Amino acid sequence: MKFGILVNEGPYTHQAADTAYQFTKAALEKGHEIYRIFFYHSGVNNGTRFTSPPQDDRDLVQNWSRLAEEHNLDLVVCVAAAQRRGIIDKDEANRHGKDCDNLAPGFRISGLGQLIEASIESDRVMVFGD
Amino acid sequence: MSEEMYDEDEYEGTIKKLMYVNRKAPYGTIYALESLEVVLIGAAFDQDVSLVFMDDGVYQLKKGQDTKATEMKNFSPTYRALEMYDVEKLFVSKESMNERGLSADDLIVPVEMLDANQMADLMEEQDVILTF
Repeated sequence: MKFGILVNEGPYTHQAADTAYQFTKAALEKGHEIYRIFFYHSGVNNGTRFTSPPQDDRDLVQNWSRLAEEHNLDLVVCVAAAQRRGIIDKDEANRHGKDCDNLAPGFRISGLGQLIEASIESDRVMVFGD
Repeated sequence: MSEEMYDEDEYEGTIKKLMYVNRKAPYGTIYALESLEVVLIGAAFDQDVSLVFMDDGVYQLKKGQDTKATEMKNFSPTYRALEMYDVEKLFVSKESMNERGLSADDLIVPVEMLDANQMADLMEEQDVILTF
């Protein structure tokens, strides 16, 4: 089955992001396809490489990046939601005159159309939120 | 609110039943506002769209919202513009309305009221349900 995944919460405050990660991993292990993972609302905070959790805790951002690399996943952070919350890539940083960027490896920033497209193209859409 | 344009013809072949479920109050959290942004962008894709308002989400459609004192943006007029985007199927939960002492007259747009069983049937028909 081809899944689209929507992640509506950031890491650590809500468990939804962990559940989305665990679901994605399990689906891939079972041979399913992940069409796209779309990060919206505070879910965009899954995509900041500045996250530095304690060493005895899971590193969810790093886990996403690793999973994306292993399975060639399309991790998309919503541009409007990201701008509100300070998640920016190099292009956005230049455009807005910021002194650095923080988008984690394996993520890309794009528009909400990517969520709708994923909804149309996937067999099933899973929403992970509060 | 739009940040990019999409070629509508690209998705002419696939029309899915796409439902947005709004469950949160309009202010206090950003879910309602950002959900509306998805609906507006999604309208370019010409899908068979339904909007559902339930739980505190019914307050999103309440008449007479005044946000001046809280410095929040009052985005409730946008619901009246949905018609121009061909988003015309709006449903509210009868139970959620009753629990909050609201009637259809309290809302800024015409809606269809459904009880829990009817809502379940409608949800069963959908291809995609996005919950906010």
